[in-house]
Amino acid sequence: MKKEIVVKEKASNQKEGKRGTKPHGLVPCLLLGVGVLFFLIMLVFPLAEVIYRSLKEGLEVYGAAIMAENTLSALKVTLIATIIAVLVNTFFGLCASWCLTKFDFRGKNILSTLIDIPFSVSPVIAGLAYLMVFGRMGWATPYVEKINEFLGTDIALVFSVPGVVLATIFVTFPFVSRELIPVMQAQGTAEEEAAVMLGAKGSTVFRKVTFPHIKWALLYGIILCAARAFGEFGAVYAVSKARGKTFTLPLEVDALYMAGSAESITQAFAVSSLLVLLSIIILVLKQIVEYRGKREL
Amino acid sequence: MAKKQKSKRVLPGFGLTMGISVAMFSLLIFIPLASILIYSFRMSFGEFLELITRSNVCQAFATSITCAFIASVINCIFGLILAWVLVRYNFPGKRLMDGMIELPFAIPTSVAGITLSKMYSDQGFFGSLLEKVGIKASYSKVGIVIALVFVGIPFVVRALQPVLEKLPESYEEASEILGASRFYTFRRVILPELTPALLAGFGLALARGIGEYGSVIYISGNSEREGTQMVSYVIMQKLNSGRVDHEGAAAIALVLLLISFLLLFIVNMVQVIAGRRTKR
Repeated sequence: MKKEIVVKEKASNQKEGKRGTKPHGLVPCLLLGVGVLFFLIMLVFPLAEVIYRSLKEGLEVYGAAIMAENTLSALKVTLIATIIAVLVNTFFGLCASWCLTKFDFRGKNILSTLIDIPFSVSPVIAGLAYLMVFGRMGWATPYVEKINEFLGTDIALVFSVPGVVLATIFVTFPFVSRELIPVMQAQGTAEEEAAVMLGAKGSTVFRKVTFPHIKWALLYGIILCAARAFGEFGAVYAVSKARGKTFTLPLEVDALYMAGSAESITQAFAVSSLLVLLSIIILVLKQIVEYRGKREL
Repeated sequence: MAKKQKSKRVLPGFGLTMGISVAMFSLLIFIPLASILIYSFRMSFGEFLELITRSNVCQAFATSITCAFIASVINCIFGLILAWVLVRYNFPGKRLMDGMIELPFAIPTSVAGITLSKMYSDQGFFGSLLEKVGIKASYSKVGIVIALVFVGIPFVVRALQPVLEKLPESYEEASEILGASRFYTFRRVILPELTPALLAGFGLALARGIGEYGSVIYISGNSEREGTQMVSYVIMQKLNSGRVDHEGAAAIALVLLLISFLLLFIVNMVQVIAGRRTKR
């Protein structure tokens, strides 16, 4: 009986292309031990520390910190920025991956390299870049003012919610396209070409032929994009100064922590625990999407 | 790679998607970044040189680069072990561990920063342990390295995992049967196969580490005297302090950008070479 199960397990392992054996012998056990220890110290303990510190002064303090006006306003700004960033970058990701994978053109490699720039640019630079354009001394400020005069509006593109959104879009720019490009590259163009030959319209081709192939990768990219968007700190910090108005949750954590009193530090960890919860939800979603996506391949 | 055909484009939407992609990239990424370049040209070359060779700026660059380098080396070692363990062994909690590797990506950097700073301060759990051995972790360069190891570890593990999964175990078996020791097999058979991926992960972690802001500013202490200011902190300081100095911030950012681009270029080269090697 047991043997059968083992055999089945092996077969299924082979089918899914998974490998892995129980570690035996000194070296494998040592490696496993070192790996697990590093994992615990670097990744698990900090999580426990956040929870411990946030609850240190009881549930009442915790609740008050989370329901504070500044926290709720920060939550609102965070959600707005995350949603807009995800929408914009998904739209960009779909366009960029379609044009980069379905066609051959000059400068294709350059374009695909350029798209990844925000990955290796310091978030502080992202915030600074928008300040250089829309800030007090920025070259686009006079134009924005003219538009405001003309329309009778009072739009500010830095030190405002739109500024926070822009900075968030910058740092999450390539997340969706980066997940889509390899999948669409691997799929090739034969199926779409056949569909077009048979008379399908462009939108139908995308909806019926391309989309089913890329939906998991798309969802995966969206999840990664959202994760980075709600947690962005450096870029947003450069373009957001008004606490209670344009602060996001990570900035609120910073403000509370920097206030320095024991109470406000506990509050900072309480707000942090909210963010930790969000990141754990994101990670679980990511695992589910990854698993489903692999199963369907 | 697709065969190079000079065929007519059958699929629709080339102009549209190309136009949208290039326009969005230009408006949102390229023009803002180019503005930094233009802005820093407002000062003369002499002023520019004087500013970026100031002792605190040079020190910040040295701190950022050395700490990020050390952290990336540490990440390569432990990332290799973690990736190996996750691909080759079965153990309870493996899937949980695999999922949690990306925690540093998902967790906001300010949260990670304040948590690590408290943990490694002399009253924190690890900080007090390290204090007994005579190591001051928080508010020193050791702290910076710890924070950068935290943010960089997923890059290395995720770069190595797919390559390790494709590496057949028969290589090791063959090497073992031919009489090679385990270490020799690792050094001469496994490591060469992993090197491109390892370098790519190293490059990404390094690039991230050099520009890192949120997770290091709390643990570093930002003391000029002790040389624990990061470049990103110096830039931010110029934007926030009483005398706002946009030109100065732009000049330092420009140098940091050039370093990032150089790294990006190297990472891409490594990947191209790796691609050639595996295609054959």
